[in-house]
Amino acid sequence: MEVDIRLPAPRGRLAAKEDDEITLVTPGDVITSDTGFMRGHGTVMEDDSLKSTVAGVVERVNKLISVRPLKARYTGEIGDVIVGRVIEVGSRRWKVDVHAKLDAVLMLSSVNLPGGELRRRSEEDERMMRKYLQEGDVISAEVQNVMSDGTLSLHTRSLKYGKLGQGVLVPVPPSLVKRRKTHFHTLPCGVKIILGNNGYIWLTPTVTESNTGGYEVDLSPVSRGDREEMARLRNCVLALAEQKMLLYDTSIMYAYEESLKFESKVLLKSEVASEIAELAQQRLEHEGYK
Amino acid sequence: MAGVELLSDQGFRIDGRRPHELRKIECRLGVFRQADGSAYIEQGNTKVLAAVYGPHEVRGGRGKALHDKVVVNCQYSMATFSTGERKRRPRGDRKSQEMTMHLQQTFDATILTTLYPRSQIDIFVEVLQADGGNYCASVNAATLALIDAGIPLKDYVCASSAGFVRDTALVDMNHLEESSGGTELIIATLPKSQQIVFLEMNSRLHEDNLSAVMDRAVAGCTDVYNVLDTAVRDHVGETAAAIGGDAA
Repeated sequence: MEVDIRLPAPRGRLAAKEDDEITLVTPGDVITSDTGFMRGHGTVMEDDSLKSTVAGVVERVNKLISVRPLKARYTGEIGDVIVGRVIEVGSRRWKVDVHAKLDAVLMLSSVNLPGGELRRRSEEDERMMRKYLQEGDVISAEVQNVMSDGTLSLHTRSLKYGKLGQGVLVPVPPSLVKRRKTHFHTLPCGVKIILGNNGYIWLTPTVTESNTGGYEVDLSPVSRGDREEMARLRNCVLALAEQKMLLYDTSIMYAYEESLKFESKVLLKSEVASEIAELAQQRLEHEGYK
Repeated sequence: MAGVELLSDQGFRIDGRRPHELRKIECRLGVFRQADGSAYIEQGNTKVLAAVYGPHEVRGGRGKALHDKVVVNCQYSMATFSTGERKRRPRGDRKSQEMTMHLQQTFDATILTTLYPRSQIDIFVEVLQADGGNYCASVNAATLALIDAGIPLKDYVCASSAGFVRDTALVDMNHLEESSGGTELIIATLPKSQQIVFLEMNSRLHEDNLSAVMDRAVAGCTDVYNVLDTAVRDHVGETAAAIGGDAA
């Protein structure tokens, strides 16, 4: 058996971009003693001065000052695309884990049931809930509403959303997923990727779409080639996340293309992963992406 | 005090420190990928790992959830190999339970608990090597892990201990000094506002000496704060530079 032993070495970071506009604060730091400002997230008013409560970057919008921590649980916004896992079937609702501070709810009334949009939801449907989605199923959905305590209410009233079949779920910090117009991509290598705003990324092989609203799941075996492509993409996503690079279709595709010269299992080694991330970043900068 | 001399005539302690000197502190943030926040700290030979999960939905019985604030759940455990003599139970014995409660009180007072009603924050602390000041190192590690997890705190919480030997207050006691049977005062403060969130003293101390010992411990907390703050700034600066201002 081949054994690979390496000495411990500090994991290198990519060369930091110099940006002098960033103001860093740590908990308890006084941001300003001027009382003319409004208190935003991550701050507290104490003894007539605005203090930070988290370690992160100060953001100012007119009179509103807030501090954004660099790593935190997902806080939802209406319209976000989300990948989540069903953890509980309740009365007329599913509880979904979306890596937020509280579990999200998916009401029975906000899903598209098989058999047409304008069907009334009967008690029959309530009894059949576990047939549609059961505990452990992964779904994609959109945030419909954010309730006062921060609970997210989801909907899947579009053919884009619904139950996800076979694939790989990659959790990354939510702040690394770049907000774009579309979060569903079919990459040229034959893998579909869903970049959930909540930091859950779903990789799945492209198969012919069935028009059942996503409740019928194709469980036929996935070819070895497809699985290898998915494993490679997963490792690329993790390599980018490790280097704190933003994730979107272009960055992932560039990392994938740079990784082709390695075997996909070699990408798990930290030095190879950081090399790929670095090459991808160079290409992004060269092409004029930020 | 027969046997060992805790403070020499020249004013040095057993491990060569002066009375006001802390042990060497080394710390790292973000040591686990799985946890929301994590940290590792070494204070001399005391080594502690802390991991923070949350805020998340209350697990294990919804009855525990509070409608107006977050539940802070702590677990303190000592690795079986952390002490000179191998431990039987890593957690759940009297000492660990007491320590768990103390940590819970400390962080209940520091976390802005009202921001996350109906949820829960888990803080897991594991002592890998115990050489005195376990509570202090645990608090410092947990603070770093909470900051790494982006959980709002009033301020850092820094803890330090102080003892009293030969009319001198000694800061940051090691295991030998702790077990010699003298007084030990453990204190946790919010260093910027100089507020005390936790104070414990074992065995007796003359009232006249109390303020001297307390001042030394509080000064120790401030020194700890300076070290932790530097580590946090380094860590955050590194990540902020990588993400840049465009991650919003």
